[in-house]
Amino acid sequence: MRTPLFILLEVVFGAALYLLFRKYGNDYVFFAGYTVLQYVVLATAWNILGGYCGYVNFGSAGFFAIGAYSSVFLYTVGQSLDDLFSEHTAGLLHHIFPIPVPILIVIGGVMAGLVGLGTGYLTLRLRGVFFAIATLALAVVLETLVVNWQFVGGSRGAYVIPPAKVPVFGPYIQYLFVLMIILTIIALTIARLIERSRLGMGFATIRDDEMAAEACGVPTLRLKLIATVVSGALMGMAGAPFPFYIGYVDPGSAFNLSYAVNSIAMPMIGGTTSWVGPLIGAILLGTLQQVATVTISSVANLLIVGLLLIGFVIVAPKGIVGLWEDWINKWRAKP
Amino acid sequence: MDVNLLINAIIAGLLLGGFYAAVTAGISIYAAVTAGISIAFGMLDIVNIAHPAFIIIGSYIAYIVNTKLGIDPIVVSIVALPAFYALGALVYQVYYLSFEKRGQESLRGLAFFFGLLFVTEVCLLLVFGVDYRSVDAPYIGSSLILAGFEFPYRLLVPFLVSMAMFLGLQLFLSRSFIGRAVMAVSQDPLALRLMAIDPTRIKRIAFGISIATASLAGAFLIIIQPVIPSVGRDYIGRIFAICVLGGLGSLPGTLIAALLLGVIESLTSTYYGPSWAPAVSFGILLLTLAVRPSGLLGR
Repeated sequence: MRTPLFILLEVVFGAALYLLFRKYGNDYVFFAGYTVLQYVVLATAWNILGGYCGYVNFGSAGFFAIGAYSSVFLYTVGQSLDDLFSEHTAGLLHHIFPIPVPILIVIGGVMAGLVGLGTGYLTLRLRGVFFAIATLALAVVLETLVVNWQFVGGSRGAYVIPPAKVPVFGPYIQYLFVLMIILTIIALTIARLIERSRLGMGFATIRDDEMAAEACGVPTLRLKLIATVVSGALMGMAGAPFPFYIGYVDPGSAFNLSYAVNSIAMPMIGGTTSWVGPLIGAILLGTLQQVATVTISSVANLLIVGLLLIGFVIVAPKGIVGLWEDWINKWRAKP
Repeated sequence: MDVNLLINAIIAGLLLGGFYAAVTAGISIYAAVTAGISIAFGMLDIVNIAHPAFIIIGSYIAYIVNTKLGIDPIVVSIVALPAFYALGALVYQVYYLSFEKRGQESLRGLAFFFGLLFVTEVCLLLVFGVDYRSVDAPYIGSSLILAGFEFPYRLLVPFLVSMAMFLGLQLFLSRSFIGRAVMAVSQDPLALRLMAIDPTRIKRIAFGISIATASLAGAFLIIIQPVIPSVGRDYIGRIFAICVLGGLGSLPGTLIAALLLGVIESLTSTYYGPSWAPAVSFGILLLTLAVRPSGLLGR
């Protein structure tokens, strides 16, 4: 399938989803749908580095929180312009602030991408495990920094009050939902493009045998850095609208471990070799968690995710996509 | 600058470093074991990041027995050693059959351990809730005053026991047959196989020992500070910072790195406040990775 056609299909599908929710759903459906889509973006982003290159990122929550907190920062700056700047500068800045959410998403993406570049540059020259450990520690340290940074609320957290209504869309959550659909389309398109390009082939050589790839002249460090930046940036972009969605951000919610676990578990359960895997995994697990949160408890749903992750990596290492392919092959082999 | 404050902070740091050394020893052994396989595959991608989870389990066992029966937490942890050894051997067997044998340890093995860490934390959370738990022992709360400086027993006792454990491990690895086999498997599993030793068995033993140390470390942890289920994650950064700084697989290097990190962290929390302490380990980790990735005493 050609890429423009693929994008068109995604847009049609996204629009259909929105109209369906709008016609039959209520605000809760939009809230739940937003969370699931956010996980689709996170899982797809993780998979660009984890699935395509084979480098495990345990710090998804950190990258997500960079996006969330750059939004909080700019929102807080926008709220206190008159205190921070002289009268003249503040007057000028009032034309820019408050910054619209789509631009905040871009800024969040750039920030997270830069952090990804820095961490990657220091650790990716070494073996994979150093990178995995560094990302794990990165989330802890970023949390420490935010806890100690009073301007964005410190450990108390910060309130971000979105307007109740937006022109055209109506309720604010519907506006955020549409933004998240667009982000999902961007993430899936990037993942699919990478998969089918020379870049994707380069990533696959790193995953399969980095030494051999290096020996054949594949610029492994540069490719790994590209993967880290793209993956980190997408996670940051998923995090940027989060403060407006939740209304109140504290370090505990922005750096929540469930982002790290889910963004690993979803691709692992769906299948890591193509863009379809994280999509399936995120929709299945995300929906399951929404249902479990309402019917059982929010702690129990994390337990379910953890057990599913362990179960799938042991029993079905290729995920749902792998199981499906095996089944198709078996079916075809029969006369 | 108040010299007494400085020296007391350094003492507390050194004692804390002893605890870190105990915690890290477990990982370090495992690192020693895996280094060999990793070289064989050209990748060092197998690290048990679920280790802190086992430490927290150790803490909670010490907590339960201590509050119910009033037995000293360190005694409890020593009694629990065989159980932890068996648990470690079991986990390694699952890991070996599911990942190492199939050659998938890098990506899925890490995800497996991450899942274990997470599931343990959530289970403890469901059973014990988010309250801080602590133990009771006669030496908690008082201090030894020596030459005007303060040595809190709650840090001193774990320090002494962990030094003893460390010495025992070092002797075991360098003197006993099994210990030498453990070091050998980290260098060349194939050669070990030619000497008619089963590398998998040796690795299972090593992994069992590594998890057994978690029992002791867990008891130390709950003596030093109150414990909640999520505390394990805070230690991951520190533990691996120490491992990397000391040089993967080098026990003496680990000890030096642990004492160093303990002191730096103690100084940071004395002069800048405890909320900055977690940032120290990451700074050291990044610095080490950038300047000398093989660590202080790494090969």
